Amino acid sequence: MADLTTFTITEAREKLQAGDITLRDLVQAYAKQIEEHNEEINAYVFLDIESALEQADEIQKKIENGTAGRLAGAIMGIKDVICERGKPTTCASNILENFESVYDATVIERLKAEDAVFLGRLNMDEFAMGSTNEYSRYGAARNPHDTTKVTGGSSGGSAAAVAGTMANATLGSDTGGSIRQPASYCGVVGLKPTYGRVSRYGLVAYASSFDSIGPLAHSVEDVANVLQVIAGFDDRDNTSSQVPCDDYVEVVKNPNKKIRIGVPEEFFGEGLDEEISASLKDVIKKLEAEGAELVPVELPHTKYGLATYYILATAEASSNLARFDGIRYGHRADKDQMLDELKAEENALKEAIKNADDEEKADLENQLARLDAPLARLYKKSRTEGFGNEVKRRIMLGTYVLSAGYYDAYYGKAQRVRRLIKEDYSKAFEKVDVIVTPTAPTTAFDIGSNLNDPVQMYLNDAYTITANLAGICGISVPVGKHSNGLPVGIQFLGDTFQESKVLNAARLVELLG
Amino acid sequence: MSVSEKEVRYVANLARLQLSDEEVKHLGEDMNKILGFMDLLNELDTTDIAPLEHVVEMDSRLRKDEAKTPLSHEDALKNAPDADSDYFRVPKVIE
Repeated sequence: MADLTTFTITEAREKLQAGDITLRDLVQAYAKQIEEHNEEINAYVFLDIESALEQADEIQKKIENGTAGRLAGAIMGIKDVICERGKPTTCASNILENFESVYDATVIERLKAEDAVFLGRLNMDEFAMGSTNEYSRYGAARNPHDTTKVTGGSSGGSAAAVAGTMANATLGSDTGGSIRQPASYCGVVGLKPTYGRVSRYGLVAYASSFDSIGPLAHSVEDVANVLQVIAGFDDRDNTSSQVPCDDYVEVVKNPNKKIRIGVPEEFFGEGLDEEISASLKDVIKKLEAEGAELVPVELPHTKYGLATYYILATAEASSNLARFDGIRYGHRADKDQMLDELKAEENALKEAIKNADDEEKADLENQLARLDAPLARLYKKSRTEGFGNEVKRRIMLGTYVLSAGYYDAYYGKAQRVRRLIKEDYSKAFEKVDVIVTPTAPTTAFDIGSNLNDPVQMYLNDAYTITANLAGICGISVPVGKHSNGLPVGIQFLGDTFQESKVLNAARLVELLG
Repeated sequence: MSVSEKEVRYVANLARLQLSDEEVKHLGEDMNKILGFMDLLNELDTTDIAPLEHVVEMDSRLRKDEAKTPLSHEDALKNAPDADSDYFRVPKVIE
């Protein structure tokens, strides 16, 4: 029999129902794969195979008596930013090093109810801030297609686990492209749902007006299946939508070939790898030959997307991450050491004041008067020790753009540009079902090559980020390999709550073979 | 606009971060680079554009006023760096 770990959920399910394999066999096959490859790929940062086997045995009984849920056969890993009761949720940050979730996220509850099995927690950029998975307390995840390359990020572990057949589906989160871009780099399917389609309850917040949870898997059908389970209204998330969900799986089984595909010139210009451009154009031509209608669309504010995003998302992050103060959970700096330091600073200032001339004296007295209170210093020291560099950078930027005097120039301005970007999409979707773009400007690049220039790193998100600004849905699906041997992805964007349309388009690409 | 080291220290205090002199220098450089990139937005005249606050139109809703079981005391204190049986413990703030 073929290696069980290469099966899609649908294939695994057929084998399970036919009695060819048991769920325990399946979990054990993944456990073996993980044991052999995870050390190198670094996708999982926490494993609990024992409890996965226990889950499997329970579900096996249901398979045998015909009561198993629709995801019996899904063997999943979860990005370490989504809470699973009794397991660590570290967000790949030192500040949550010892944190253990005390409740299940809504998405986890729903997956459990449909009999998915969970193997462990997946690597990511710290607090989902990054495009390469290099900003992780666990170190970079590595691309299974070439382990010298990045996985993309921030859901790098989620993409690498599927690509490395260490899970048949995973959950990631997408704030500016963090599901779609690593899916593209690792050659898997990844979907970012419409804002409000999937509950954020139990997702550690990065930028609350952008964050979406979504699935990654080998096939469009598997992605549709997982989406079907996790999507839908949840009264524990105030931005959860009551718009009814479509039957996503049905759409994927019978895709419509006569769709209208918008082609925006803005996404195929400067900065895009020429070979990627050529292969995407080839795919688009084939879709046209199959019956799709190609329509030129304009998204003129696309080039403002990155700047707008990095103002709004960092502002929201600075506010969301204020909760990490070392009091209720997370890392707390050593209290006695902190008090000693504070005392030493106070004494040093007092001593300096004694010996200072009048001019210096005023400044030093001012410093002494403004010396932190012990509790304020405890917050500062705990946060400073706990957060990594990229997180600090974004907190600083976000605090700056929200600070008095700069609020209108940055935050207010960006909110207005966000509307222009949203209106571009609304106009385009009057004429088309989906919009086609590259997922990323290049294939996966060398680990370490982007770390020194934050702006360069941010450019990797250029094609994915406007979907989050507009709150619309998007999917990345593989279209084969570049001459450098690495996977290339194509992205379809759909209007709000039009997940069916992007799944339909992605399925058509899959069917081209 | 350019951020001075003094402003970096001011913002760090607002953000409750304690930065070394070297970090102040590096973060200042990074922030200037990124903010320079953000100046691109000034090309656009947005005088008559309303800020976008909600990407998906939805009504605020009220929840039913009904009793639900909250997180238990034990669970709520489970991840605390310092706690007794009922409370989070913090360093003394009143002399």
